[in-house]
Amino acid sequence: MSPNINPLVLFFASIFTSNILLSNFLGMCSFISISKNLKSSNGLGMAVAMVMTVTTALNWIVEKYIIIPFQIEYLRYIIYIIVIAAVVQILEMLIDRISPNLYISLGIFLPLITVNCAILGVALFMQLRNYTLLQSVFFGLGSGLGWWLAIVLLGAIRMKVDKAPVPAPLKGVGITLITIGIMAMAFMGFAGMINVQ
Amino acid sequence: MNLWLAPLIVGIISSVLSALIVIVDAIVNNYGEVEIDINNGKKKLKVKGGTPLLFTLASQNIFIPSACGGRGSCGACKVKVLSDVGEYLPTELPYMSKDEIKENIRLSCQIKVKKDLKIVLPEELFNVKKLAGKVVSLRNVTHDIKEVKIKLPEEINFKAGQYVQVVIPPYEKIKQPTQRAYSIASTPSKKDEIELLIRLVPGGIATTYVHNYLKENDTLEIIGPFGDFYLRDTNADMICVAGGSGMAPIKSIIFDMYERGITNRNVWYFFGARTEKDLFYVDLFKDLEKKWDKFHFIPALSEPLEPEKWDGEVGLITDVMVKYLENVIDKDTEKEGYLCGSPGMINACEKLLNEHGVKDVYYDKFA
Repeated sequence: MSPNINPLVLFFASIFTSNILLSNFLGMCSFISISKNLKSSNGLGMAVAMVMTVTTALNWIVEKYIIIPFQIEYLRYIIYIIVIAAVVQILEMLIDRISPNLYISLGIFLPLITVNCAILGVALFMQLRNYTLLQSVFFGLGSGLGWWLAIVLLGAIRMKVDKAPVPAPLKGVGITLITIGIMAMAFMGFAGMINVQ
Repeated sequence: MNLWLAPLIVGIISSVLSALIVIVDAIVNNYGEVEIDINNGKKKLKVKGGTPLLFTLASQNIFIPSACGGRGSCGACKVKVLSDVGEYLPTELPYMSKDEIKENIRLSCQIKVKKDLKIVLPEELFNVKKLAGKVVSLRNVTHDIKEVKIKLPEEINFKAGQYVQVVIPPYEKIKQPTQRAYSIASTPSKKDEIELLIRLVPGGIATTYVHNYLKENDTLEIIGPFGDFYLRDTNADMICVAGGSGMAPIKSIIFDMYERGITNRNVWYFFGARTEKDLFYVDLFKDLEKKWDKFHFIPALSEPLEPEKWDGEVGLITDVMVKYLENVIDKDTEKEGYLCGSPGMINACEKLLNEHGVKDVYYDKFA
């Protein structure tokens, strides 16, 4: 049974209250390594948001019309990943044709998104929570935007932290993890507004 | 449940997706046939779109000088593009000056040919050929400079002073062909054989190959001729300055003048070396000096090993030049400077010549 949630509510909830990065801590590796630079954070965030929206919708169709009818739920992870990889590949070609500048600024991040666990995570949550297609699209888009927002915020904070007198043992990843923790707590503040699972 | 069903479905999904990728690739990366217009209609090429301009032109036998072979790391393959090919890419910007950006000069290895293009190329480039030459002679002229004679399968027309790109094949740890520019030391009268002077640079990819791997009868690919370092057709006196393997283009220019009978100009050739061991071709130029009264060869050593035996000039090449410019060479005649050597030497000599009233100074700077 699909949960009865307004897709728009789901959209805002997945940006703020249940931000995929800060509530589930998915997609951490690129989150930590790329956020060093605000400009590339923005590029990666944009790419993740784009891929997440498209793959969530596609995977919903694959789930409904292939995986469930043929009872191959145990192959779900593999099939999802294949779909994600193909979508990234196609998106890469399209972006190269439409906007070479965006293509170059995204650079290596675009192919790397294939292995970003937040993307697979969103697809799996979508299946686990029995969302409808419309809900899935908004959930994917919202989670993508949420990921984008979080990485840009962290990128901006890290620019400040770079100039701050951080104790030597905490420099680098240490202080970044603490920052992410505090950010996650701040996002928890939104929890009272909407609560969706 | 059927055992084959699951792998079959995964296989079908994968093949459908790969088919989709192939289709999108064929649609998205297909630019059809496009036309490249060179120098306002002088030459028109029908080519298949989708590849960078540098390679598209190379496939049509127009070779733009490029030292890195199209990887965007040398910044040599600059071409003026008249059509709009989009914003400058981040990979181009480090090599572009403000003036070049105003003129829309682009790196031809970075811009893809996607639609009809109008570009401007120097006429000389149409003369450029890619030839597989055969090494006929390899000779050490000093302890670190090799004279390489290459027999060409076809004749090339070049101006004395120009250079060719030598394609160094992959060897040992070097996995990609490398291109390096070397000036031609022989004269243009010999069209099917060229001579290069290559100095061993420790750690240099091309020079190490030439000094340690190249053998006689090997095939060596060259692309050329390139460059705007050649004799200017005036009556001015000439101050030529070279150091080390910078000898090559100057030798070509001087012997070309002698062969063509242009002996009415005063030519002063300053050749700088560190010790006696670094000197070469001295007898060649001493002989020429005897045959051609207006030619003066001044070799100078900065650190002679046996000062009592050395009867030439001693000191840095710039100090020797100052001495001659102020005491020996006629101050009132018009003069041109022709320089070849290290960037440091060229900068110092150009400054010095400018201070002594020589405005037209020509050079190739090989870093």
